[in-house]
Amino acid sequence: MARLGVTRLLAILAAALLAAAAIAGCGSSSSESDAADTGASTSAAADGGGNTIKVGILHSLSGTMAISEVTVRDSELLAIDEINRAGGVLGKQIEPVIEDGASDWPTFAEKAQKLISEDRVAATFGGWTSASRKAMLPVFESNRALLFYPVQYEGLEQSPYIFYSGATTNQQIIPGLEYLKEQGARSLFLVGSDYVFPRTANKEIKAWARANGVEILGEEYTPLGHTEYGTLISKLQEARPDAVFNTLNGDSNVAFFKQLKGAGVSAREMPVMSVSVAEEEVAGIGPENIAGHPVAWNYYQTTDTPENERFVRAFKARYGADRVTSDPMEAGYVQVHIWAAAVEKAGSTDPEKVKEAARGLTFDAPEGRVRVDDVNQHLYKTARIGVIEPDGQIREVWSSDGPIAPDPYLRTYDWAAGL
Amino acid sequence: MEVFLSQLFIGLSVASMLLLVALGLTFTFGQMNVINMAHGEFVMAGAYTTYVLQTSVFGAGAATLAFGLSLPLAFLVGGALGLILELTLIRRLHGRPLDTLLVTWGVSLMLQQLARDIFGAPNVQVKAPSFLEGGVTVAGVSMPYTRLFIIGLVVVALIAIWLYLSKLPAGRRMRAVVQNRDLAAASGVRTPRVDRLTFFIGSGLAGVAGVAVTLLGSIGPTLGTNYIIDAFLVVIVGGLGQLRGAIVAAIALGLANAYLEYWTDASLAKAAVFALIVVFLQFRPQGLVVTRRRGLA
Repeated sequence: MARLGVTRLLAILAAALLAAAAIAGCGSSSSESDAADTGASTSAAADGGGNTIKVGILHSLSGTMAISEVTVRDSELLAIDEINRAGGVLGKQIEPVIEDGASDWPTFAEKAQKLISEDRVAATFGGWTSASRKAMLPVFESNRALLFYPVQYEGLEQSPYIFYSGATTNQQIIPGLEYLKEQGARSLFLVGSDYVFPRTANKEIKAWARANGVEILGEEYTPLGHTEYGTLISKLQEARPDAVFNTLNGDSNVAFFKQLKGAGVSAREMPVMSVSVAEEEVAGIGPENIAGHPVAWNYYQTTDTPENERFVRAFKARYGADRVTSDPMEAGYVQVHIWAAAVEKAGSTDPEKVKEAARGLTFDAPEGRVRVDDVNQHLYKTARIGVIEPDGQIREVWSSDGPIAPDPYLRTYDWAAGL
Repeated sequence: MEVFLSQLFIGLSVASMLLLVALGLTFTFGQMNVINMAHGEFVMAGAYTTYVLQTSVFGAGAATLAFGLSLPLAFLVGGALGLILELTLIRRLHGRPLDTLLVTWGVSLMLQQLARDIFGAPNVQVKAPSFLEGGVTVAGVSMPYTRLFIIGLVVVALIAIWLYLSKLPAGRRMRAVVQNRDLAAASGVRTPRVDRLTFFIGSGLAGVAGVAVTLLGSIGPTLGTNYIIDAFLVVIVGGLGQLRGAIVAAIALGLANAYLEYWTDASLAKAAVFALIVVFLQFRPQGLVVTRRRGLA
């Protein structure tokens, strides 16, 4: 006992970390039982004999991404509820089957397969990180099943079995850059988390900057879950860019903005434009730490439409007055309604028929009218730049003239030719 | 020169945070050979204690009072959680490090889910007390008050621990158990009681670290996982159960991180630090400071 060597303990620790990774990989489906309890017999095919239509909800309910993804699950369930109360689709009630992606990309693929082949869902709403979408993509394509993906992403993708209801690059990042340029920014510093979305987005931003005479003074990546931004902030203070373009994801934003404020860098001297910080994240960062910084999205809780007023009221009534609504939550809510409308129009839940019916479909969303693109299955969306207020809400300061056509491959931009 | 000084400050600031989280582990790991994977969740409990005090008990108006009170309270909350863990599980797994590791890891997952059920999945926010806003600039180096406060907190914690270990009978008993458990037991030291106390203090320190985390980082159910691995590195590099070792290791790791990240970037710096540690352990597998165990085995 006295001499359980350090080396051995080290080996044990290493084994434990490996085990941790492995077990996290297996994940757990905490709500499988919900699905089994509530439903009609599992053998009923999606629009077969049963009196319900099953749909999959596949988000991370545990692990590091749960913070964000749980909120999207909430708004998707709200949409399903609304549709059911209005009589369902094709006269049947929608029955959600909820699975946990556990912030682990192979688990997303595994659960997607389970939803398709065991639960025989008509469609799946899910994912957040691009890594999880890339993991699910081959599953949905090989099964010819539908995935609705609710989050802004880096573009350069167009799967025939995925509907992209969040913004692609030209509906969020490029308007964000144009706005900074219009405000007089001639130099930028790029800060991002170290994975596929920020790296791809920054490649596009650098191409844009070359074409627009904007200087890129630096490009820094930090691992997901990074908590220490002292060094990065001193690099920012040395480079003195006119603005910072921030593609950090998750918890890191909290540490970054708290420490930026602690270092005495104000939004006035160095505005930080974020594309992954919405109302939900602002609450966790603390409005006083991030007030005055700009963000780029397609929807804010303050967006002034009658549909949004209804959406916010319904959401707060169901989940509590202290909850906020955000862009990905709105996209989650909208995509359920779009799927339901397409099913009604097609008169069937057959994926091919739903895809056909969805072409050009419009929906009066909380963010304003959206339309499904005929070809690439992305949405026409209005770009909105907002500034974060001290009360945690986001005030819109600029918006595009009407919805922007989605262009995931940036084909209409000359500077993006080599990407 | 200015860069050198400002990175020096950042390095020390990183080190103070590392040390604060690692202090408790040094004891439980060193004395009891328990690899407590739930240590990070005690840090989380400390952070949520601050949050509850500020939002539910005092309201945002009394941020300073709530923050001040949360330091002792977080110590008690963290300590109580640790004590429960020791009494219910760890005590039964004495001398089975691999089993305690798996058990505490399971406990850590349960605590994360518990936090998610109680406080919700999104991050929550704690307002920093007003006297910690802003900073001071010395010789061209800007030093935020929050970081200075954390450095001060670590110094106070270290002095308290040193006094406890060297001046109080309970502390001396603890050192005796670290050096030779069997001999201490034979000399009439009630080792189970010492173990319980060690676990209480170690976990309480994690709670205090949680209060410090609220000033710099996110407060959410998975907060602990962001810090636990770095804390283990400090313990391993420093040598088990060694206060001196942990201090030197934390400062070395903090400075290495700060300078390497300045020259390269965060991802590369992290990898480089891991590589350095691997090399270091090749030459000194016992860590910086070795416990002289007075045993025959």
